[in-house]
Amino acid sequence: MSRLSRSTLIRLGGLAVLLVIAAIFPLVITNALYTQFAVDTLIFVAAVTAWNLFSGFSGYISLGHAVFFGVGAYTVGLLTIHWKVIGGTIFALLPLGGLAAAVVAVPFGLIALRVRRHTFVVITIAIFFIFQLMAYNFSFTGGNQGISTPFFLWTAASYNNPFYYVGLILAVGSVTAAWLIRNSRFGLQLLAIRDDEDRARGLGVRTMRVKLSAFVISGFITGMVGGLWWFFIGQALPETVFDPNFDLSVALMGFLGGFGTLAGPVLGALVLEPLQQWEAITFTNGYVAEISLGAIFLLVILFLPRGVIPTGKELLTRWQAMRERRRRPAADGTAPPASGATVPSSAQTGGVR
Amino acid sequence: MGRELTEAIVDGILGGGVYALMAVGLTLIFGVLDIINIAQGILVVLGAYLSYVLSVHLHLDLFVGLLVTVPAMFLVGVAIQWAFIRPLRGRERTSMSLLATYAVAIIIEGVLYLIFGANVDSLNASYVTQGPKIFGFYLDYIYIYGFALAVLLVAGIYYMLYRTQFGRTIRATMQDQTAARIVGINVNRVQMLTFGVGVAVTAVGGMVFGATGGGFNPNTGYDLISRLLAIIILGGMGSIAGAMLAAIFMITLEAVVDVLWSPSWSVVVFYGALVLVLAIRPQGVLGKKAARAQ
Repeated sequence: MSRLSRSTLIRLGGLAVLLVIAAIFPLVITNALYTQFAVDTLIFVAAVTAWNLFSGFSGYISLGHAVFFGVGAYTVGLLTIHWKVIGGTIFALLPLGGLAAAVVAVPFGLIALRVRRHTFVVITIAIFFIFQLMAYNFSFTGGNQGISTPFFLWTAASYNNPFYYVGLILAVGSVTAAWLIRNSRFGLQLLAIRDDEDRARGLGVRTMRVKLSAFVISGFITGMVGGLWWFFIGQALPETVFDPNFDLSVALMGFLGGFGTLAGPVLGALVLEPLQQWEAITFTNGYVAEISLGAIFLLVILFLPRGVIPTGKELLTRWQAMRERRRRPAADGTAPPASGATVPSSAQTGGVR
Repeated sequence: MGRELTEAIVDGILGGGVYALMAVGLTLIFGVLDIINIAQGILVVLGAYLSYVLSVHLHLDLFVGLLVTVPAMFLVGVAIQWAFIRPLRGRERTSMSLLATYAVAIIIEGVLYLIFGANVDSLNASYVTQGPKIFGFYLDYIYIYGFALAVLLVAGIYYMLYRTQFGRTIRATMQDQTAARIVGINVNRVQMLTFGVGVAVTAVGGMVFGATGGGFNPNTGYDLISRLLAIIILGGMGSIAGAMLAAIFMITLEAVVDVLWSPSWSVVVFYGALVLVLAIRPQGVLGKKAARAQ
């Protein structure tokens, strides 16, 4: 058996173990507070992966993904109320929320993706504020009262479980989508755009179409996540679904784990979302959580700009190469001095997995 | 209606002058450092709170207080650039610096909340509530003084840029950083001082905004930065004349829609105008197209 397939097997095995743990988690740990943390975390795993699928792969940092989150939440919310959907079927509405977000993503992307990369960031922020203001001002969104969920008649003891499993499905689906894209021609085109957009265009990549497709896919997933969030929290207010801190949290989790990697966003969400939830219940005002979000962000940007996963992986390869080098001169004195030079640089290959 | 419209236009132009000053600072920073200072909005609020503390606790006149707050904000700007912007390296530097200033913004916001709470404060002085009657409505002196000061300072920035040796080094750095380095310009120093100047104007902007706007609290920073961003994008990023024109046009437009339609929609019209312009001319009205789209 070749070495590659062995490492693949280990990876797949690890993934299976992780999935099993995730699947039985709410059956073992029944404390409502912890399952609530878990649902929030899964929501962010899905959202950050969706964000990274566009921003991380294409290099266009979006600080406007709360637009999709909010559009999804409001769409699902209004449909639930108008169609009077109850019971488990409410979750069947989530794809419609995603669809609404994807529809919004088309004109949004067509305008925002025409400009240079840092202007793009600014335009996503501006468009985000337009949506927040619209949510405040339209009558059908309930203005600043927002919209509340109907009462779900689920047993209190396992109230969080339906949300947990739907969240898990969304998170797994989001990661799978990112994995499929990463391993496709489409994903390579995105990475080419990230590395050098003009050259990619010169080589025949239809850059606008590729960027827009990724933006729409990312928006679709984020919209579904927003819908689930509305069911779970029970209320959508303009300032909570169109929340600037959502944009920032998503970006921070992506950067912490590893911008443009597959595992990074998952790791970032798993670490930071429980931390934020813990801070929210420990400090009664939200300001401490806000300050720490900013402080962690600055630390990550200054000291770990490429994220935990790429940096960790590089350290591991360097350590292995060093061990190799030390072993080889012991075997024969004429070892090639450049054995360390074959270490692949993740910065050049555009991201590790 | 006619009187209200005149009032809206006069208010818009005078208020737009103050926004022009804040936007010039933002666009200057972009031009020289190639970064967008997302913290500009909350720094305006910080400037307003500094003026507030000086006037309430030390009973200093608002305009006299500027002698303290302007240098203070200049130092804040220099410190932010030194600590969080300068260390950034690598390909994603521009995006990273944007996120860094965003992080600085939410830290400042959180700290302001902890100190001052979420109450809406405003700055007070005799000239804030008094003024002459023009065109049939009362115009508070603060609008006139604030506009005059803003015009003076923008003129001062223009003078600095086009008539002094330091301004020459700034313009050289804006045009080509590498070439500027080659002819012996200390680019690091220019960047640091430019960031300081760009932030120092927020002390003035904050004071006038705090006295004329409908009050401020730490959350006001979002409102301000989204407007300022819209203004500098519309004017063309890095274009100082563009920022001034866009500020006066946008704030006047907002004030007019306020009167003709409804205050709750005026802000949406503001951003709608921005999106419309970008759909036609992505680089902004007076912006130059990037030589190499990146």
